[in-house]
Parts: sequence; structure tokens; C-alpha cells
Amino acid sequence: MSKRLIQGNEACVEGALAAGARFFAGYPITPSTEIAELMAEKLPALGGVFMQMEDEIASIAAIIGASIAGTKAMTATSGPGFSLMQENLGFAAMTEVPIVVVNVTRGGPSTGTPTKPSQGDFMQARWGCHGDHPIIVLAPSSVQEVYNLTITAFNMSEKYMVPVVLLYDEVVGHLREGVELKGTAEIINRDFPLVPPENYRPYATGDGLIPKLAPFGSGYRYHMSGLSHDETGFPTGNPATIENLVVRLQDKIEKNRQDIIKYKAIDVEDAEVIFLAYGSPLRSALQVQKQARARGEKVGLIQLLTLWPFPHELLTETFARNNADFIIPELSLGQLADEASKSVPRDKITRVNRNDGALITPAQLEQALKGVR
Amino acid sequence: MKYKDFLRKDKMPHIWCPGCGHGMVLSSFLRALAKREYHPDKVAVISGIGCSSRASGYLNFNTLHTTHGRAIPFATGIKMAKPELKVVVLTGDGDSAAIGGNHLIHAARRNIELTVIVFNNNIYGMTSGQYSPLTPHMRLATTAPYGNIDYPFDLVKLAEGAGASFVARGATAQPRHLEKIIGQGLDHNGFSLIEVITQCPTYFGRKNRMGSAVDMLQWQRDNTSTTGKEGKIPLGIFVQEERPEYCANYHHLVKTVAEGKGSE
Repeated sequence: MSKRLIQGNEACVEGALAAGARFFAGYPITPSTEIAELMAEKLPALGGVFMQMEDEIASIAAIIGASIAGTKAMTATSGPGFSLMQENLGFAAMTEVPIVVVNVTRGGPSTGTPTKPSQGDFMQARWGCHGDHPIIVLAPSSVQEVYNLTITAFNMSEKYMVPVVLLYDEVVGHLREGVELKGTAEIINRDFPLVPPENYRPYATGDGLIPKLAPFGSGYRYHMSGLSHDETGFPTGNPATIENLVVRLQDKIEKNRQDIIKYKAIDVEDAEVIFLAYGSPLRSALQVQKQARARGEKVGLIQLLTLWPFPHELLTETFARNNADFIIPELSLGQLADEASKSVPRDKITRVNRNDGALITPAQLEQALKGVR
Repeated sequence: MKYKDFLRKDKMPHIWCPGCGHGMVLSSFLRALAKREYHPDKVAVISGIGCSSRASGYLNFNTLHTTHGRAIPFATGIKMAKPELKVVVLTGDGDSAAIGGNHLIHAARRNIELTVIVFNNNIYGMTSGQYSPLTPHMRLATTAPYGNIDYPFDLVKLAEGAGASFVARGATAQPRHLEKIIGQGLDHNGFSLIEVITQCPTYFGRKNRMGSAVDMLQWQRDNTSTTGKEGKIPLGIFVQEERPEYCANYHHLVKTVAEGKGSE
């Protein structure tokens, strides 16, 4: 199949449609707006629904509603809109409704720098909503990865009945690259209940951890609530039932870390210095790592594709192998480096941070590399 | 079907206080529904947060108890994904007119076929008696200990101004009338809003010395009118117009695009 020269945000739309998304509700915001515009153009022709809502809160509410009715659904936004979505993101996590939320990140806090890239939503994507809750966050760094990981986001959301956040910065969103739009990607759809409606308890997971939620209108009548609930979905105040729910919600992700955590490791086996990155900084890191290897320096690179759950086991293992130094470039004051420091000693981490809206350049990383060596 | 068949009896007793009017609103709604031909599998009841919004849990339909103020956009997503479902929103005065006010006016503007029943007890009951956008001027609440200096919305006028094609007001003191107007709201092909005046003797009534639930119902009788009497709160249907419905408009758009005609 031939490649098409398209923008990151366009690849996101193509990936979503390939994954089976047929519902999009959103609100205009830079730098994600192209996703809404393309959905508005493409979804009607596929018999799908596009809606421009009154705000981001309504947007995420509408896609959760659509997903409850059995349709794969997505919204796209950026920092301020993502902040507004947090409460309902938690609702989807609690009620176990699969949705995909795209956050094309821009400079913050507040209105910040709308047209420039940032990675300041790394922690918000994981911990933005109140309460312990499950969530998966994926981070593409190229236009091809935007396409692939959008499909993966839908697959993981349907498989684990969990909201998935696709996080990429403005540069990845607006970058144009050649992309192969595979027509044969594996598509996962949520399981339908096996028991007849009269025996159905929506949140009874049997030996597994993942509920089989029937679409509304399919003959399985049940109650769904953001309140702590029992297996019938009805609110409960029973301490053991509440505890079991919160722990199961966590376990369904934690016990599947191997399946969910995706990354690329380049030349790490003998590496004495390792770049750890995602998004636009990864692109500079890739170039510097390659040049360093060409010079015969033992430099490796880990690209994170899954940000959350965070791959601590990978970092612990990689660090233990050669006692390697890590260079962590990011477009924030160090949110990724802080998380990484739970498994790599702080004094073995060199931080390269930029918060002025500009990119981290290969020259900056070369300098950081010299500093370490 | 009988209206009692629509209840999840195993989820009783309900959480509402003695004398609360919410059960009366619910029974009027269910009686109206029972007279119509909806299969329970094809009815979805969506609620927000608050006393009124606990109603969804007691109903044997597809029921969704959402976040505060957001029942309407959740319902919008369900309706657009499955237009064949009858989608009803049960909400309160705080849920629909304060935190959810923006969603209310936009759903009205779109004229999407949702039946929105607002349980208006003039107070936040779940959090024990704070003033809402429908608490009358200078009435008392725990957050208005010296009287509420805010002026309330007239929800009927708000919905009408926002473009709702069916707007009505009923009261728990007039249950047969209420059942009738909710029924007409259910039959309406477009956005319908039914405000229901209901009594909260525990918080609004007690704080404002309105007496028992029976006294509050008598107050409703004395201060409302189904015949437009001067100086009384009017009850009845105020807007009932046939206008293009949102799902139908979207379906038409999809058909047009599929036929390659583009915009017409």
C-alpha cells in the first residue's frame, strides 16, 4: 500500500475510523480542531454521528452516552478542554465505559500558549480526576504512530473497558509525514454478555476482572452509576463491596501491564547513557542517539509509547544492567523525569527541560550528552 | 403494562424523606408511560445528581445515573447513537438550572427528542438545603440565612426562549394534570421540558415555615392555576409546536451525503 502525506491530527481521524469509531462529539480548541473538522466531514458519509457540543464537558458526556449505547466514540481537545473533561473521565473509569480522549497538548498553565507544543499534561492525563481510577495513556511521536496508536487506543479501551487518553503535542499533531494506512489492522470489540438478561449482573466479572456491559437498548436492562456500586450497578455503602470495586478497577490494568505497556528500546543492551523520551523531544533524541552510536559511543534510547501505566519495571531493569545514566528531555519542568526517578536514582538522571514553546533541539541534547560523558 | 411493573421493587425502600414529592412526580411519569406503547427495553432514563436524580435507580429500564448537571449531554449521546430509544431525563432544579443550565438551553435549541422532567423543589435537598436558581427571592436556605437576594429563573420562559418546542409546568398537588402533561411531553417529537413543582418539607418547607407536606401541597393548590388565574403560578402546556427534530435532521443529512448531494 502506498503512503499518504498527512498531518498528525488527520492520521488520528483515519486511525479512529479504521478502529470503528462512529461517534465524535467535540468543541473547537487549538491545536486539536482539525480532528473535529475532519470528523465533521467524514462521519456522515459513514453513517456515523458528528456533534459540535456547547463545551468540553458536554462533549465527553455525549461520547460516554454513545458508547453506553454501543457505539465506539471519541473526543479530541487540548489542555484547557482536557481540564474540563476530568470529572466525566472519572465517570467513564468508574462505570467502565470505553472511550478515547485525544489531548493534543499545548503550553500551559491556563490559556498558556495555544499554538505551541508542551508536555505539561503528562501527570494530568494520569491523575487529573479525583479518586484512584484506572486509565491508559498512549503517546505517539510520529504521524504513523498517531495512526497506529489511535487504533490501539480503541482496542485497549474495548478490551479493558476503560477510558484511553491519546496524548501528543502540537508538533506531532501538525506535522506532515508519509503514513501507511493499513486496511488490515486487528480490531477489538467489547465482549457481549453470555448470560440471558434475567441472570445478568453488569459488574459481575466472574473469574476475570473486566465486566461485559451490554449496550443500552439491547434487551439487558440495568443501572449504571458513578456512585460506588455493587455487581448489579446499584449504589452500595458496604465497605467490602466498595473496596473490591476500587481494587478491581486498578487490578484490571495493573495485572495486564505486559499487554498494555508498549515501548521501543534502541541499542540499550550495552548502553552507558540512555535517552528516555516521547513526543517531539523523542525526535531530536533519536537523531542524537544515532549520531552518537555512529561515533562509537554506547548510547541507547527508550521511546515510551505507553505513558500510563508507567513502565517502572522496564526502567529498573534497564538501569540495573549497566548502571546507565538517563537523559530525559521533555517539554515541561520535569514531570516525566520525576516519575522516572521512582525507578532510576535522581543523580543518574539528567533533565533537559523546555517550557518556552520551542522544541528541544539535537544541539541541546548533544550538549547534555557531553555533560554526562 | 401497569406502572408498578416499571419499578425495581428489590431496590426499595427509596432514599426520599417522608413527605417528599419526588415519588409523586415519579408515579405521574410512570402512569403516563404505562398508557403508551413503549417496551421497557427501549426506554432509557438518564439522571444527574441530587435527590431527584436518584429516581433512575428505581426504574426497570436502561438507567444511567450520571454526573452533576450533565444528564442532558449524556442523554444526547445515547439518543444520537440509538434514536429508536425513548430517552427521558430526570433532573432537579439545581442539576438542570444551575450546574447544567448550559446543557439545558443547548438541547432545547437543537430540538433533540428528549423528555426532560425537572423536579423543582426550590432547594438543594441532597446537600441539606442550600438555595438554587429556582429558590424564590428572599426565601431562606442554609446558604441564605438572611434571605436569598438572588432572583430565580422562570424555567418555562427560559426553555421557551432557548427554543424548546414543548414546555409545560405541573405540580404534585395536581397529579392527574401532571400525568397528562408528562404524557403529552412523551408524545412530543422534539425537545420537551416539564417543570414540576414538588414539595421538600424537610429542607425548603422547614426553613421557610411552610408546615407539613400536606400544608405545602395546599400551598400549591392556593398559589397555582391550571386556568391562568391572575396572580397565580400558571400550570399547563405553554409551548407545543411541531418543528424539525435534531435526530431526524441528522438522519436527513447522512442520507444527503450518502447520495452525494452534499449540502442543499
